[in-house]
Amino acid sequence: MNEAAIPRIQSKDSPAMSGSSQPMVRFHNLRKSYGAVEVLKGIDLEVSSGQVVALIGRSGSGKSTALRCVNGLERFQAGELHVCGYDLSAKDLNLRNLRQDVGIVFQSYNLFPHLTVEQNVTLAPRKVKGVGHTEARELAKEVLAQVGLSDKVDAYPEQLSGGQQQRVAIARSLAMKPKLMLFDEVTSALDPELTGEVLRTIERLAADGMTMMLVTHEMAFARSVADQVVFMHQGRVWEAGPGDMLLDPQTVELRQFVGSGL
Amino acid sequence: MYEFDFSFLNDYMPDLIHGIWLTIGMTVASILPGFVLGTAVAVARLRGRPWVKRIATVYVEAIRNTPLIIQVFWLFFGLAALQVHIGPFAAAVIALVINVGAYTAEIMRAGFQSIPRGQLEAADCLALSPFQSLIQIEVPQAVERVYPALVSQFVLMMLATSIMSQISAEELTGVAYMIQSFTFRGFEVYLVIAVFYLGLASALRFVLMGLAEVSFPRRRRLRTPL
Repeated sequence: MNEAAIPRIQSKDSPAMSGSSQPMVRFHNLRKSYGAVEVLKGIDLEVSSGQVVALIGRSGSGKSTALRCVNGLERFQAGELHVCGYDLSAKDLNLRNLRQDVGIVFQSYNLFPHLTVEQNVTLAPRKVKGVGHTEARELAKEVLAQVGLSDKVDAYPEQLSGGQQQRVAIARSLAMKPKLMLFDEVTSALDPELTGEVLRTIERLAADGMTMMLVTHEMAFARSVADQVVFMHQGRVWEAGPGDMLLDPQTVELRQFVGSGL
Repeated sequence: MYEFDFSFLNDYMPDLIHGIWLTIGMTVASILPGFVLGTAVAVARLRGRPWVKRIATVYVEAIRNTPLIIQVFWLFFGLAALQVHIGPFAAAVIALVINVGAYTAEIMRAGFQSIPRGQLEAADCLALSPFQSLIQIEVPQAVERVYPALVSQFVLMMLATSIMSQISAEELTGVAYMIQSFTFRGFEVYLVIAVFYLGLASALRFVLMGLAEVSFPRRRRLRTPL
């Protein structure tokens, strides 16, 4: 892959955030329950602009739920969450505005099977932002180049491998020019080879300065790419620090988790 | 030995052609509004507020569990009793739309329910509005999945227009009855009419399947059968 050919992501400043050193995402004592079961028991977490934060932990530790709170897919009962200048506990929160700033990629790709790759990528910019037809084509070229799929513009999702579909899903999010990208176990459905191509795409985004939160089971990847690794356990942030904390766990739980994961 | 006599074909050709046109006219006029109504009712049943859901359910069940001819009479004579006068053709089309709408609603409901939830979540997360998601993502896929069932339903509806002579809309069957009463050649007349219906139904299927070729580019490109 020719690194020089990949356009850099233009980062825009949110009006609500310009001129301040406010973090892009700030959880403060956030609590969430499903009925009587409390799944997030007071999360405190900050992500500043340009940072890559990896959420790791066992299934059921609350990491995906925490991530899904960030773009309003899950609501919470107590605490505060601010994302890109939006207060997610506000009654008059405009979710559609928030979601133009926050992209998300899922484990199951969720591409629209009846649309071509280009149509998948340009649908939201055209319908939500009113981007014109020719401009949308250019946009599709740009973001598909970013994920290394320039030659698949006219393909349908079912003609692509899982890894390629996942990269299209990433391109589809990028086309909205988000300030923050969320990745929810995006490689869990892929074999090691396809996992590699998706992880390299994410690495390049990180190098381009995209702010990202990712839930992942790829420990080596979390260690190398993340500025901050957050180990979640039983609905709490159990241990957090730079990637190298995985080499020297302070808690028994993280030691056990890393021991079983690497 | 019975001697066939098809001379009525010649004598009554203008009436037959008029009847065929009326049958085609009712069918064509009913398909699109019936489809739109059915799709809207399916969405109402799936996404509406509780009272909307209830109304939609009552409509679907009331229509699907009563004879079409009763619905037609009720509409035609009922409106007349209310001093609303519409012609038999208009009454027939309205009745057909209301009728086929209920069946279409059930077919489309199955289509909507077959779309994976993840896609709707993705559409949400891309900031598409619920209506944009419905039009861009859900309806095209739902229609594609249930298309053969929709085609059958519209063909059935075309055949059901044969009762409309009861409210003096002189479609094909009405014309046949009239010819038969003048010629007493019921055997030949209804044989010919059956062949006409067969031809009309085949033509309708052909047109609707052709429409699918145009409407579903992915199927066309990947050669996946409907």
